[in-house]
Amino acid sequence: VSAAAAMSFGGTLSILRSDSYAELSQYRDQHFRGTRYDQERLLRKSCTLYVGNLSFYTTEEQIHELFGKSGDIKKVIMGLDKVKKTACGFCFVEYYARGDAENAMRYINGTRLDDRIIRTDWDAGFKEGRQYGRGRSGGQVRDEYRQDYDAGRGGYGKTVQCQ
Amino acid sequence: MSRRRHSDDSDAGQPHKRRRTSEPSEIEERLESLICRVGEKSNSSLESNLEGLAGVLEADLPNYKSKILRILCTVARLLPEKLTVYTTLVGLLNARNYNFGGEFVEAMIRQLKECLKVNMYNEAVHLVRFLSDLVNCHVIAAPSMVAMFENFVSVTQEEDVPQVRCDWYMFAFLSSLPWVGKELYEKKDAEMDRLLSQAESYLKRRQKIHVPMLQVWTADKPHPQEEYLDCLWSQIQKLKKDRWQERHILRPYLAFDSVLCEALQHNLPPFTPPPHNEDSVYPMPRVIFRMFDYTDDPEGPVMPGSHSVERFVIEENLHCIIKSHWKERKTCAAQLLSYPGNNKIPLNYHIVEVIFAELFQLPSPPHIEVMYTTLLIELCKLQPGSLPQVLAQATEMLYMRLDTMNTTCVDRFINWFSHHLSNFQFRWSWEDWSDCLTQDLEKPKPKFVREVLEKCMRLSYHQRIIDIVPASFSVLSPANPVCIYKYGDESNRSLPGYTVALCLTIAIKNKASNDEIFSILKDVPNPNQDDDDGEGFTFNPLKIEVFVQTLLHLAAKSFSHSFSALAKFHEVFKTLAESDEGKLHVLRVVYEVWKNHPQMIAVLVDKMIRTQIVDCAAVANWIFSSELAHDFTRFYIWEILHSTIRKMNKHVLKIHKELEETKARLARQHKRRDSDDDDDDDDRSTDREDGPLEEQIERLQEKVESAQSEQKNLFLVIFQRFIMLLTEHLVRCETGGIDVFTPWYKSCIERLQQIFLQHHQIIQQYMVTLENLLFTAELDHHILAVFQQFCALQA
Repeated sequence: VSAAAAMSFGGTLSILRSDSYAELSQYRDQHFRGTRYDQERLLRKSCTLYVGNLSFYTTEEQIHELFGKSGDIKKVIMGLDKVKKTACGFCFVEYYARGDAENAMRYINGTRLDDRIIRTDWDAGFKEGRQYGRGRSGGQVRDEYRQDYDAGRGGYGKTVQCQ
Repeated sequence: MSRRRHSDDSDAGQPHKRRRTSEPSEIEERLESLICRVGEKSNSSLESNLEGLAGVLEADLPNYKSKILRILCTVARLLPEKLTVYTTLVGLLNARNYNFGGEFVEAMIRQLKECLKVNMYNEAVHLVRFLSDLVNCHVIAAPSMVAMFENFVSVTQEEDVPQVRCDWYMFAFLSSLPWVGKELYEKKDAEMDRLLSQAESYLKRRQKIHVPMLQVWTADKPHPQEEYLDCLWSQIQKLKKDRWQERHILRPYLAFDSVLCEALQHNLPPFTPPPHNEDSVYPMPRVIFRMFDYTDDPEGPVMPGSHSVERFVIEENLHCIIKSHWKERKTCAAQLLSYPGNNKIPLNYHIVEVIFAELFQLPSPPHIEVMYTTLLIELCKLQPGSLPQVLAQATEMLYMRLDTMNTTCVDRFINWFSHHLSNFQFRWSWEDWSDCLTQDLEKPKPKFVREVLEKCMRLSYHQRIIDIVPASFSVLSPANPVCIYKYGDESNRSLPGYTVALCLTIAIKNKASNDEIFSILKDVPNPNQDDDDGEGFTFNPLKIEVFVQTLLHLAAKSFSHSFSALAKFHEVFKTLAESDEGKLHVLRVVYEVWKNHPQMIAVLVDKMIRTQIVDCAAVANWIFSSELAHDFTRFYIWEILHSTIRKMNKHVLKIHKELEETKARLARQHKRRDSDDDDDDDDRSTDREDGPLEEQIERLQEKVESAQSEQKNLFLVIFQRFIMLLTEHLVRCETGGIDVFTPWYKSCIERLQQIFLQHHQIIQQYMVTLENLLFTAELDHHILAVFQQFCALQA
């Protein structure tokens, strides 16, 4: 009722419409098959979130528990090292309803899981193959060149390790 | 950071929005922005900003009057926390342009009528308060405001209307008095006295059966949980005793008194409250949540008392700020912390109290629970030196009062606290709570700690929890969430079905098909074979046992593994669980295998409902079955039940929506046809066109009815089982001469209340059936009271 009624007397105010946490970020998947326009259209109606900066040891169960706080989860797909097929620190969380995904962006993004601040972003939708890291060594790109030591993400970055 | 490159779209040929925004809408945006931002942190004083803005708007009136009217009406409705800023602005405009003032008042009245028509009562209150503060700004004449309030209060004399209707009009009147009581009393004291005495007599005679159902604590100490109108009345009475002196509200108009008192005032047109009709839905009654008083912060500024009008205004404004900014957690936290007057009041305490008030609100919090957790974390980030301590103090207080806290609120406390701790490395002074270790495990305090630790484990892992609590707390630590496979050990080989289990294991590992599984299972004898019920003994508990145990054990590694297993062998599941007893037995076996891992049970039950291996009624019956009696008071059981009910509700809504959409399509089809060919009288061809859609509508109609019937049946089953369980307990206590109020009983009766409260909108449809079939006069009065309290909520 209230949305329709709000329209009938001049709607709402733009400061109250502000929903910055649920907006699209600047990131666009370079491997996406389709135009930028297609990708953005999908991102705007997506129920799927990319979740990053996970520890390699974070389990599907933990992710389910945390992200379940914003609504019913349809599926969790763990990100895997392409070579080792082990968790490599990211995942996809798909909800049944977009509103639940929006709430995750508003309230779970930027909070901690396994003591790490995790980051969520809209995803255009899972496709087979996207569960694998795109770094040369098999993990995520960010772990290829990382200079710092991160115990939850295999220690030093791959290029540092190879030195 | 890459900018959107429109040139990339050249191949797709997608139209891009390169149209220039038209000037008027730019100006409207600017006007809206100017108006919305006035009152925010600025280098100039509020007074000079208001003066400046009034000048700008006055100059724009000739060209943008209707837009300015619209924006001002909207801020009146949606930014109540800045009420007095905007009433001052309107006052200044009225002083400069009398006609505009009159048009604004008219527009506000129109908006108020619209709000009431569409059941937007919360926003309507803000409009009423705005109008009343306009009296202070010399825009509206006091006598006409009193007249409007007289009409409001006379609603309490209406007959055959719900009490919640009268409640709203009374609330709209009383809650405006902190702002305008003084002025109205000075101008029309006799009328006001009459109104207040009418208010008093209404408040005395209204029924309050609903109150216990909405209270967070059942005890009155240290803070009584007052019904909201009672509390407000006490506050207004005290205000009157203080001769309407109110010092908390920021009143910018006082600085403009010399300008404003020169202005001509308008009279409100006579306002007749729209009559009650079938579609009217009034706000639910509330209970005022209080957990702090001035003794809790002895070193800081004094917290206004529970019956002071300052307390009312502060709480109202803080709730409004959350309502305005709930989507933007950083903004929300910043706005809360910059609430004016924050050196005269213990603001952190007010904020924490208001947030917990919302989190614990019955029936439901105004916003999603996780928002409050994250908001509190943002607040801790902004005030790291003070807010965490207040939060710890609050947590301690809530823990101390667990014995009388409503079970639903305890659930929310558990969820909040465990999630909060997971953001702070689970650091907590658990030893401070060692008192719970000596209590019976079913008592609220040890129960709370157990559930918190279980939730903490879900967000981390078992060993972590063992590490974070003192050794003495091991009795409350959660079980290691491992699977229990009854056919796992050689020592179990004498169990019936053991060999089949081994066979199945090998077959599944070798990627057997559903058919192969069926043929292996054929060899399993049916222990029920003797009592053939003539339905062709589709129900074979041993088959179910062997199959489900083995499969779940093989798929135990993760949720995904288990979900894959359910999907792959869906056919087998559907066949084995075809009958109601089959469904129940599947659930039993799932429990047996995963009783150490409640989270796994919950996700499996969810998946099985969604893939129609079991239905909602089976889950309800399973929850009330004797096998689960041991876990009956555990939090996860109720999470499963409420999740099940929600799925049922969503299912009904979904099909209903499909039906409405199909009907709309048919209507559009008719419309197109009517507009296309007025000359075409060939009815037969139009019927043919309608045919498929009409068939679809008929099918969907049946689907909706069948789903609604299933939904009603689910609730009836749940209520029936509650009544049976509670009656058993009450009878046993009576004959044994023991006290009824055991921890189990308190938990159970509050869980029954929770069903009513959490799904009240749906259950309202079944009132007649419930009254005639289940909650009849013969029922024990303890149980009947819950039903009566529920009826009283919208009475």
